Amino acid sequence: MAEHWFMLTVVGRDRAGIVAQLAQTLFRAGADFGEASMLRLGGNFTIMLMVHFPAGEHSLAESIKAVAEHLQLRVHIDPIDSHLHENEAADVVVSISGADQAGIVAGVTTRLAAVGLDILNLDSTVAGSEASPVYVMRIEGRAREGIEALEPVIAELQREGLDAVLHPVDMLIA
Amino acid sequence: MELITWPDERLRRVADVIDVFDKALREQASKLEAVMRAGPAAVGIAAPQVGWLQRLVIVDVTARKGTNNGLLILLNPEIVQWQGSVIGREGCLSVPEYTGNVVRAAELVIEAQDLYGESCRYEASGFEARVIQHELDHLDGLLFTDRIVSRRSDLFLRQGGA
Ligand SMILES: [Zn+2]
Repeated sequence: MAEHWFMLTVVGRDRAGIVAQLAQTLFRAGADFGEASMLRLGGNFTIMLMVHFPAGEHSLAESIKAVAEHLQLRVHIDPIDSHLHENEAADVVVSISGADQAGIVAGVTTRLAAVGLDILNLDSTVAGSEASPVYVMRIEGRAREGIEALEPVIAELQREGLDAVLHPVDMLIA
Repeated sequence: MELITWPDERLRRVADVIDVFDKALREQASKLEAVMRAGPAAVGIAAPQVGWLQRLVIVDVTARKGTNNGLLILLNPEIVQWQGSVIGREGCLSVPEYTGNVVRAAELVIEAQDLYGESCRYEASGFEARVIQHELDHLDGLLFTDRIVSRRSDLFLRQGGA
């Protein structure tokens, strides 16, 4: 079942029942689902969904056209290789927060990548009040050169006034 | 004795209290420990994970850094006190290919019986406390997947000072 997989990206204004209508439509059209991530970002609905659809890309697009128009959603489809269950496990979490500043994501991720961090997941949000926003970012990754290699970067970020914390992922299997 | 995996419905049942503490029970417990030792880096196991529906768990985090209670074999365990909360990554011998972040109490006091029916009491914290809670859930038909928090809610917990 490695073939005929697509990454379906759907974005639009959030409203009740989007996922259900989308999923129903795809299911009736004969789709199987893989991994999915639905998030509301700044009040917008977003979903990225792995869809197995043997009838092909054009047919997939046709099958959700009506529901997308009805819900005013923008849809994007990419053919992909499916590798279910091949998500690498993170061994470290980096939490960073600080006064909102342009370039924080770029700056932090670039410096961490340079010392061997493969970033697997990244979430961020803007908290605090409008007058004094606080940028909060959480990165899960794999430290290719060991967690110690990341420590100087964390110390540097702290000197620059960011609240930066490094946690090893203490995975529990039981 | 073999591991059973989700969605085997026995993992969803509430296990029975143990009231006979005999040789057969001790033999059964040592077989359960062998199954745990055979697992990849497993730090605990609960009887229902092999389809044995009685309230017995084994926890052993001695391979990890930090203080701990050594090998724990807990029968009819109960959490009698707990405080604090921590988020940690969990996986389960009974749920292959899946891990997630779970909120657990940071410290706890547990009362249980040993293999001879004697009462015992332990304090645990950190990693060991998390493992004990994971195992006790198995005795009530709960899996870590029931308690997963998303990465985003984790962000907000942190914001909330939790
Ligand atoms: Zn488990």
